Amino acid sequence: MTALVIAGLSKSFGGLRVTRDVSLAVAPGERRLIIGPNGAGKTTLFNLITGELAADRGTIKLFGRDISAVPCRRRAHLGMARTYQIITLFSRETILRNIMLALLGLSPLRWNAVSDLGSQRDLVERARAVLVRVGLDRIAERRLAETSYGERRRVEIAMALAQDPKLLLLDEPFAGLSVDERRDVQKLLLAIPRDVTVVMIEHNMDVALELADRITLLHFGEVIVEGTRAAVVADPRTREVYLGV
Amino acid sequence: MRASTSQLAAGALTLALLVSLPLWIGNTYYINIASQILIWAILALGLNLLVGYAGLTSLGHAGLFAIGGYVAAMLLAAGYGHLLAVLVALLVTLLASVLFALLALRATGIGFLMITLAMGQILWGIAYRWASLTNGDNGIPVASRPAPFGLSLAPAPAFYYATLVVFLLALASMAVFVRSPFGASLAGTRDQARRMTALGYNVWLIRFLTILFSGFWSGVAGLLFIYYNQFISPQVVALTTSAEALLMVISGGSGTLLGPIVGAGIVVIMKNVVSAYIERWNLVLGVIFILIISFMPEGLVPGSVRIWRLARQALRGKRVADAQGAEQPEASR
Repeated sequence: MTALVIAGLSKSFGGLRVTRDVSLAVAPGERRLIIGPNGAGKTTLFNLITGELAADRGTIKLFGRDISAVPCRRRAHLGMARTYQIITLFSRETILRNIMLALLGLSPLRWNAVSDLGSQRDLVERARAVLVRVGLDRIAERRLAETSYGERRRVEIAMALAQDPKLLLLDEPFAGLSVDERRDVQKLLLAIPRDVTVVMIEHNMDVALELADRITLLHFGEVIVEGTRAAVVADPRTREVYLGV
Repeated sequence: MRASTSQLAAGALTLALLVSLPLWIGNTYYINIASQILIWAILALGLNLLVGYAGLTSLGHAGLFAIGGYVAAMLLAAGYGHLLAVLVALLVTLLASVLFALLALRATGIGFLMITLAMGQILWGIAYRWASLTNGDNGIPVASRPAPFGLSLAPAPAFYYATLVVFLLALASMAVFVRSPFGASLAGTRDQARRMTALGYNVWLIRFLTILFSGFWSGVAGLLFIYYNQFISPQVVALTTSAEALLMVISGGSGTLLGPIVGAGIVVIMKNVVSAYIERWNLVLGVIFILIISFMPEGLVPGSVRIWRLARQALRGKRVADAQGAEQPEASR
């Protein structure tokens, strides 16, 4: 069964068509890289997949289930998690609490208004385990406002991983990172098990190419090239609209 | 988050002071002032759930505060008992909160503020103009205070103790609420509603349930208010009541439990005590608010905590510098 199938997806903002009849299929466990110049509609495509934006036309299937009409919050419960290009975290909270919020989102415990969140040992332990996985356990109690940009990027990814997703959407996970930080995040992404399907938007080709099984090139909201890493990089249209060589 | 020993000691001391207040304050007038502070603190705590924890600023909470009071006053005037009047009043407050939430949650930010303001004004209009129902400007008198378990609440100390019990229940329920997983979810919707949706939370429902909880305690405060005054009039529903409640929350410190209580204390004392000495007490209140917002924009309670921490840090730094200064001559010898 295909992990993600998008068919004829279109979205316009007024007269501006930002997604034009996009169709793509991502196999289970695949690492798909979405590339394209600025304004190609990559993040809009992510927002359509997660349901944060409603599509004008087209269908989205997640592991065979049509989720086109499923609200954004329900898609998270069906195994979809995402990160944001612009870091979107809870800056007043500690790193640990950020991860706990991610875990809580899929737990019926989130409706509990009478017990103390801090006394939910299972939740705390699970959150700590996620932080060990991303190498942030030593600063778990640090307030997010007191962390570096690179650490916040890792918290973004940790929150998505905490939800144990079947489909993980990463929106520019290397954006704004130093060379060392990029290497750390790359290692983290390479360690994601193959039972998680990953779709990633990224501009840093040096690190992103190593992660990709297949690449989709978007231009003006349309898929213009799709194929294996080597085929897409060698395609003259990729060079013309994206690589600029 | 666990309370420290000093916080527990401060809490115990405050509780002891509150419980013994009628014994040491010695004057019925001041016991009544204390009852008023507690009543307004319940309203401010209820509003604080929306303003401080949900990030939804309401300017129509006087409507929820007064609607239960009006219903109870009407039922009592019609000859029904206190228990029935209170229960029906709370039910009507909850139903009004549902309507309030359904309409106001169509927007956030300034939109939410404007819708709540409009609803508050509609309720004020009904209280003022629908005279056949509400007795208009003349208001509705409440003949007597209840006597639960045979204990009359007519004397000021008895009413104070009843109000204190309800206040402590409100405070405890809100303390549990904000520390719970649901409370954490609510704070998440305040800070990153979009992310919360992507994480699987139903942001709308979380806000809806919080408005109901907030409305319930506002209604309870309203009931205490009509029993305290033994009278209700459209003035209670007016915009100034909503604005005062909001000022209590903001000046004391929204998003904290102690802040709205302190804010309620400031406003009630200014209205009742300072006004006896200064004719233009509103001017003094305004100056106090400007000073608080200028120097402690987060509110009096969190602002005081911030200044206290800064002072402690500075003192520690001075001690370390003094100690290093004392060691230096020894080392150089």
